[in-house]
Amino acid sequence: MTPYGSSSLAGSTHDALTRKSTTASRKMAAHRCSCSSWLFILFSLSVFVVADIHETTPVNDHHGGADHNAQTAEQTADQPAVEGRRWEATEVKEAATVDAAADTQGTSAPETVVPSSVPQPKDDFQEELVIRPLHSGDIYASFQFRTLWDTDFMRENKVSHYRLFPKSLGQVISKFSVRELHISFTQGYWRTMQWGQPFIPSPPGAELWVWFQDSVTDVDATWKELTNVLSGIFCASLNFIDSTNTVQPSASFKPLGIGNVTDHSFLRYATLPREIVCTENLTPWKKLLPCGSKAGLAVLLKSEKLFHSSFHSQAVHIRSVCQDWQCKTTSWELRQTVNSVFDLHNSGQAKREWSLFKMFSRTLTEACPLASSSKLYIDITDNPQGEQFELSPATSLLSQAVVLGDRRTFSVYDLTQETTFGSVRSLNLLIRWKSNEGEMLRPLLHAERYVAGYGLQTGEIHTLMYNNHPYRSFPVLLLDSVPWYLRLYIHTLSVTSKGKDNKPSYIHYEPSKDRVKPHLLEMLIQLPPNSVTEVTVQFERALLKWTEYPPDPNHGFYVGSSVISSLVPSTVAMDTNSTRERPLFSSFFPCKEESSYFVRIYTEPLLVNLPTPDFSMPYNVICLTCTVVAVGYGSLYNLLTRSFQIEEPNPGLAKRIANVIRKMRGVPPL
Amino acid sequence: CALHVICCNAGQFFSSGHTNNWAVLVCTSRFWFNYRHVANTLSVYRSVKRLGIPDSHIVLMLADDMACNHRNPKPATVFSHKNMELNVYGDDVEVDYRGYEVTVENFLRVLTGRLPPSTPRSKRLLSDDRSNILIYLTGHGGNGFLKFQDSEEISNVELADAFEQMWQKRRYNELLFIIDTCQGASMYERFYSPNIMALASSQVGEDSLSHQPDLAIGVHLMDRYTFYMLEFLEDIHPASKTNMNDLFKVCPKSQCVSTPGHRTDLFLRDPGSVLITDFFGSVRKVELTMDAINLTDPIKQMEENPVNGEEQKEVYSYADQLPVSEIIHQKPKQKDWHPPDGFILGLWTLILLVFFKTYGIKHLKHIF
Repeated sequence: MTPYGSSSLAGSTHDALTRKSTTASRKMAAHRCSCSSWLFILFSLSVFVVADIHETTPVNDHHGGADHNAQTAEQTADQPAVEGRRWEATEVKEAATVDAAADTQGTSAPETVVPSSVPQPKDDFQEELVIRPLHSGDIYASFQFRTLWDTDFMRENKVSHYRLFPKSLGQVISKFSVRELHISFTQGYWRTMQWGQPFIPSPPGAELWVWFQDSVTDVDATWKELTNVLSGIFCASLNFIDSTNTVQPSASFKPLGIGNVTDHSFLRYATLPREIVCTENLTPWKKLLPCGSKAGLAVLLKSEKLFHSSFHSQAVHIRSVCQDWQCKTTSWELRQTVNSVFDLHNSGQAKREWSLFKMFSRTLTEACPLASSSKLYIDITDNPQGEQFELSPATSLLSQAVVLGDRRTFSVYDLTQETTFGSVRSLNLLIRWKSNEGEMLRPLLHAERYVAGYGLQTGEIHTLMYNNHPYRSFPVLLLDSVPWYLRLYIHTLSVTSKGKDNKPSYIHYEPSKDRVKPHLLEMLIQLPPNSVTEVTVQFERALLKWTEYPPDPNHGFYVGSSVISSLVPSTVAMDTNSTRERPLFSSFFPCKEESSYFVRIYTEPLLVNLPTPDFSMPYNVICLTCTVVAVGYGSLYNLLTRSFQIEEPNPGLAKRIANVIRKMRGVPPL
Repeated sequence: CALHVICCNAGQFFSSGHTNNWAVLVCTSRFWFNYRHVANTLSVYRSVKRLGIPDSHIVLMLADDMACNHRNPKPATVFSHKNMELNVYGDDVEVDYRGYEVTVENFLRVLTGRLPPSTPRSKRLLSDDRSNILIYLTGHGGNGFLKFQDSEEISNVELADAFEQMWQKRRYNELLFIIDTCQGASMYERFYSPNIMALASSQVGEDSLSHQPDLAIGVHLMDRYTFYMLEFLEDIHPASKTNMNDLFKVCPKSQCVSTPGHRTDLFLRDPGSVLITDFFGSVRKVELTMDAINLTDPIKQMEENPVNGEEQKEVYSYADQLPVSEIIHQKPKQKDWHPPDGFILGLWTLILLVFFKTYGIKHLKHIF
C-alpha cells in the first residue's frame, strides 16, 4: 500500500463517515423523540439501581435534542458529587435488552443509508491509547487499534476488495482457514507485582497460537506453512516453530472469539522465548494499520523511544466477534496492540514529570482520519482529587470502565474533536507528580518460576503461584511446555500449598519424544486463600548431538514461560454482556460470570545450561590423528616399501664429456 | 519534447541490459564485539534503499541483533560514525534473515533459489536473467573461507559453484560481488562464471581493519573499507554518472591500510561504462507504447447472493475461558481401539474350559 493511495482514500472515507454518522444520528434523534418518555423512566430507574455508574449522554452526540439535555441536567442534579465534569457513557446500549426493537433499528440504520448501490461489507477502525501511571513511578502505555470487518473470508469466492483490513492478513486467514490467530512479540518481562495486570498479557519472546477452522484436514502441515508465512510478514524467525516446540493444549487457550465448537485438535500453541524484538518487527506491524504511522496515535510509535523502555510488547489478535447484539452473524476483528512500560527515571532525569513528548518524542496533532473513534485515556483512579499528580491540559471528560475486576476512572481526550488540540494544534499531555507515596493494591494472583539444583546433570523446576486474596480460593490452570532436552521426571511432580499436598483436579501430561515433540503438562489447581502454591518437578539434562547446538551454546537454552489461566474473584460486578460497546482495553477477554474475571499471566522464561562439549575437540582429534599417521605410519611404510640401492658416485666432468663423444661414435660408454 | 528525448536515448537507455535490481546483503558475525559488521551491512542496505531498490528486492541477513542488544546504550539504533552521527538502522528496516537463520545453507539456498515451497517471498531472491544482483558479504574470514556465526564457514569454491549454478539457472544478468573481510581477495579467486565483477577489501595475506572506535558504544563502529565506500555512496544519487572505475579507487592503501582488490576479467563490459546505479540503485526504465488499449470493457460486479434464512442461523456465543467443571470431567481420550474387558475374560474362560474338557483334571500332572 502506498502512502499516496491511503491518503487519498482517507479523504473520501472521512467524508463518507461523517455523512453516515450525521444521518444516523438524525434518525436516532427522531426515534428518541418518539419514545423519550420511555427512556426517561429507564434512565431514572437506572440512576437509582446502579447508583455508581454515572450514566449520561454519549459525548459525540450533539443532535440529542432538547429533552435529552434536560434529562442530563436532571441526572447531574441527582449526583452532586460530579461538579462540572462530564461523564462519558461507557455503556451506550443500556436500554438494549429492554427495548430490543429500537436497538435493531438503531444499529441497522447506518447500513441502510449508505448511498451506494452495491452493499459494501461494513468496516470500522478505532484507535485508543491508555496511559496508566504506575506506583513504581513508571508509565504504562497501551495502544490498541481495532479494525472490524463484516465479511466472510471462508466464502467460495475470494474476498478481493480490501479497505481498512490489511490484505496480507486477510489472505492468510482465507488461505489457511484460520479461525483465530494471536501473535505477540515481547521484549522484557511484565512485573506483575510492581505493575499490576496488563490489559493484554504476553510472554517474553514470540508467542503464537492459532485456532484453525474444522475444515482443515492436515492441521500440522497448515500450521507449519502458516508459521513460515507469518515469519515473512512480521520479519521474525517464526519459521523456527516446528514440532519440537509446538503443543496442542487440551484445556488452556480457549477461543477468544465467538463460535460454538471447541475441538482442541484444531489448536496449536508455540513460543520462541529467545526471539528478539526490534524495529524490523515494528515496521511491518505499523504497515498493517489503515493510517500506517502517518496519522493518528501511531505517530507516537517511534522505535528509538519505544525500545528504550523496560517492557515492550506488540501483538496482533484476529478473531471473529458478534456483528450485533443478536450475535447471529460474525464479523472479523483485528486488534493490534502495543504495550510499553517506560522508566520514568530514564527519561525524566530523576524529575517526576512526564509528557507525551518526553516519552515518544512526538506530540499528537490529529486523529487517524479513517478512525471512527480515537481516544486517549489517562487512568486517574488513584488520583481522584489530583493529590498524586497533576494533569495538563486538564479535561472535563471522564469515563469509568470495569477492567480486570476493578472499576477504574479515566480522563478522556477525544482526538476526533478539534477542541482537544487547543489553539496550538497539538496535544502534549503532561503529568507532574506531587507526592511519592502511594500504596499499590497487590495483585490477587501472581507467579514466579526458577530452576534449582546444581551441576549439569539434573535440576528442578519450581513454579510458585501466589493467591493474595484474604478469604477466597480460586482455580488456576497451569500450562507448561518444556523442550525435550530437559527430561522431566514426572513421578517427582509435587504440588503443595501451605505445607500440604494439593491434589490437582485435572492433570494432562504428554511425554516428550526426543527431537520430535516437547513435554506438555497441564494442571487444574485450586489455590487456597492467602497462600503460596509450589509446583516442583525434577528433570535431567540431555546431551545433544554436536550439530544440534546453536552457535552460542554457552549462552544457555531457553524454556518458555508457564501460562497460568485463572478465574480471579472480582471486587465489582463484571459486565457479562459481550456485545455491548466498551472501550477497547476492557473488551478483550469475554466474561461469562459477574463474580470473577478471566486473567492470564505468564511466568519468567527459564535459562538452562546444558552440558556442552568442547567444540574444538574434533579439530584436535583430527590434528593429532594426522600427526600420528604422518609420522608413525608414514615412516614405517616408507621403510617397508623402499628398495635400497647403492648409489654410484657421480662421474667427473672429463668422463662425461668422453662419454658424450663415445655415444656419438657409437661406442659403449666408459 | 520529453517523449522525443526518451526515444532518441532509448539505445543508451537499455544498454545495461537489465530490467530489475536485487541485493543480498549478509553480515555473518555474531556477538556484540562484531557490531561493526552489522553496521557495514546496514550502511550498504541504507545506500541501496536510498538509491531505489525496494525492501522486497533486498534480502538482508544479520547474524545477530545489535540494535536491540542489551549492551546497546541507544536501543533501536546502529551507528556508522562515531559521535552517533548517522543511524544506519533507520526507522523502517526489514531484516529478512536474522540470528540463527543466517547459515551457510540458508545463504546458498537463497542464492540458488532452492528453498522450501512455503518460504515467503520476502525471504527469496526472485531474480531472473535480466536482474543485476549486488551481493555484499562481511564477517571474519581467512584465506579461502568466510566464517558464519563463528561456527561454520563457506569456502571460495562453494561460493564459486553457487554462482555458476545461478548462471546456469539464469538467475542473473550481471553480478557485483563485494566482500569486506580479512584476505577478502581469496574469496573471488575461484569464480569462473561469466558476468561477475568482484571487489574485496584486502588482498590475500592482509587483514581488513576496523575504524571509528566509539567510547559510548564501546566497540568499533565500522570497517575501514565499508566506511569509505559508504562515504562514496552517500554522494551518489539516482541520476549520477559515476562508474565502477570510481568505485575501484575507493579506499586507497593510505586510508584502508589493507589493499582493496577487484576482479573484472569475467565481466564482459568495460567497468568504465558500468554505472554505480546499475547495481546499487534501481533506476526504473520506462517503455512507452503507442498502441491504444481498450479499457472500456465494464468490470463485472460480483453479485452478492442475498443471505437467506436469517432465522435458521444459530446464535454464536463466546467460549468460556476456564470451564472448570468441563475440564475436570473431560474424558481421557482412548488412543487405540482395545477389545472390551469382558470379551478377553470370556475368551480365557473358553480356553480353560476347552482345556479341562479335553484333558480333565487327572492329566494335570502330565502337563506341569
